[in-house]
Amino acid sequence: MTEITSLSLFELIKNIKGKKISSNEIAKSFVDRSEKSKKLNTYVTENFENCLKLSKEFDNNPNFDLKLPGIPIAVKDLFCTNELRTTAGSNILNNFVPTYESTVTQNIWNEGGILLGKLNCDEFAMGSSNETSFFGNVQNPIAKDLVPGGSSGGSSSAVAANLTPVTIGTDTGGSIRQPASFTGTVGLKPTYGSCSRYGIVAFASSLDQAGPMSKDVKDSSILLEVISSFDKKDSTSIDFKRNNYSSELTRNIKGIKIGIPKEYRVDGMPDEIESLWKKGIEYAKDCGAEIIDISLPHTSYALPTYYIVAPAEASSNLARYDGVKYGLRSSGESLIDMYEKTRSEGFGEEVKRRIMIGTYVLSSGYYDAYYLKAQKVRQLIKQDFDQAYNKVDAILTPSTPSSAFKIGEKSNDPVSMYLNDIFTVPVNLAGLPGISIPAGTDKNNYPLGLQIIGKPFDEQTVLNIAYSMEEKINYKNNITDWWME
Amino acid sequence: MSIDLKTVKHISKLARISLEEKKAEKLADDMNSIFEFIEKLNELKTEDVEPLTSIAETTLRFREDKITSDNIREKILKNSPEKNDDFFVVPKVVE
Repeated sequence: MTEITSLSLFELIKNIKGKKISSNEIAKSFVDRSEKSKKLNTYVTENFENCLKLSKEFDNNPNFDLKLPGIPIAVKDLFCTNELRTTAGSNILNNFVPTYESTVTQNIWNEGGILLGKLNCDEFAMGSSNETSFFGNVQNPIAKDLVPGGSSGGSSSAVAANLTPVTIGTDTGGSIRQPASFTGTVGLKPTYGSCSRYGIVAFASSLDQAGPMSKDVKDSSILLEVISSFDKKDSTSIDFKRNNYSSELTRNIKGIKIGIPKEYRVDGMPDEIESLWKKGIEYAKDCGAEIIDISLPHTSYALPTYYIVAPAEASSNLARYDGVKYGLRSSGESLIDMYEKTRSEGFGEEVKRRIMIGTYVLSSGYYDAYYLKAQKVRQLIKQDFDQAYNKVDAILTPSTPSSAFKIGEKSNDPVSMYLNDIFTVPVNLAGLPGISIPAGTDKNNYPLGLQIIGKPFDEQTVLNIAYSMEEKINYKNNITDWWME
Repeated sequence: MSIDLKTVKHISKLARISLEEKKAEKLADDMNSIFEFIEKLNELKTEDVEPLTSIAETTLRFREDKITSDNIREKILKNSPEKNDDFFVVPKVVE
């Protein structure tokens, strides 16, 4: 029989409902494999014993009407979990134990999911390689010393290595889609306002969204259905009619119009990305989609806009870490001295860099030149998409401008690191749903992803196109378990 | 435009992050390369563009002005690095 840990979420649910397998057997399999995979450094905090206990409780009193009946799930360590340490990958939250639960994780437990553990990520989700985490690098299971992407790097690594059936990440500028692309997995960033931000450690509040990460498209649709909900506790949560994403999932996308934006053909893009994109266009045609050339003229301004808006919001959000109410405190001679030392010792280099940029662009005399300017350009970027969606139903682009790189390769050059998010950032700025699906490999056999971007609240079309193309692409990760002990 | 050491130190004061001299120099370099990249926005004329402040085009919701949580004082104090009965404790601020 196929190993339990390599089954998809959909198959696990089917087996558990058919009583072929118990929740405890599933939990044991994932815990065992996770125990043997410490070299990947995916977990910051394990919840293994509790998970095994809860799985037994589920088996003693099962409810098969739930959407995730007795399924163990590890989540990014950016989601507050009641009474379980939540660090956001930062020293400043090293000892933080929330007294409340994030809405999206609560939605998962309400549907029968069981917490397996908390997964490593870039500090405060600021990074594209998981190298900024206080808890160290995460290994990409694809090859040794390769980054798993970021910021949801522990999440992407854990899904690709079969340490959890599915997971949830957060995506502010590409933090779900880029790591999915680097690990040959699927990652979906929903429309801004779909999934509640309540209880998620805040980075840039006008951009942050939680979303599913999984081995295939169907699994993401199942998990999205669970986590997407209107929530009064999030002032920007949107009350719209959500689909039953998994039961409405279809491969029939005949006649759907897919736009190809010429501005995504960036200078210096490797040939392999270009040819992957071309192949993707052919696959989309094979699926019955109509391909239409479109223009998103302000694309090249998205990244500079993002690097004003995101740090500005971050500097404001992270002002709360002052050593008084929670988190690390360093000793100081005065209150101000204590603040300054706490923040200096508690935050890592990348987080400090972004707080500094944010503080600068919001400081007196610079607000109009930077922050206001960026908000205006953000409007132009959004209008580009609005206009494109008069002609097309969705947009197809590469997910990233390169495959996964080596640990340490880009960590000393912030701008080259930021360029990783060139294709994903515009989607956050415009608040749109976007998915990355694995679509091929480069010359080193490292995975490459394609991104499908949809209209606001039209996750269903995004999922349907991805589901249809996934079948044609028929991508399989080639993972050798090199890290296993 | 160039961000000098003095500006970096001023910003670090505003951000309440203490900074060693050596790190301040590196940070000035990093910030300059990032701002060089950000300056690209100046190519665009935006006088007539409305700034986009929120992507969720909803008006903020009102709720009744009533207490909905129980007494959660203990929960709020639970993670504080230093507390004294019902208070957060900080270094002395009055001479």
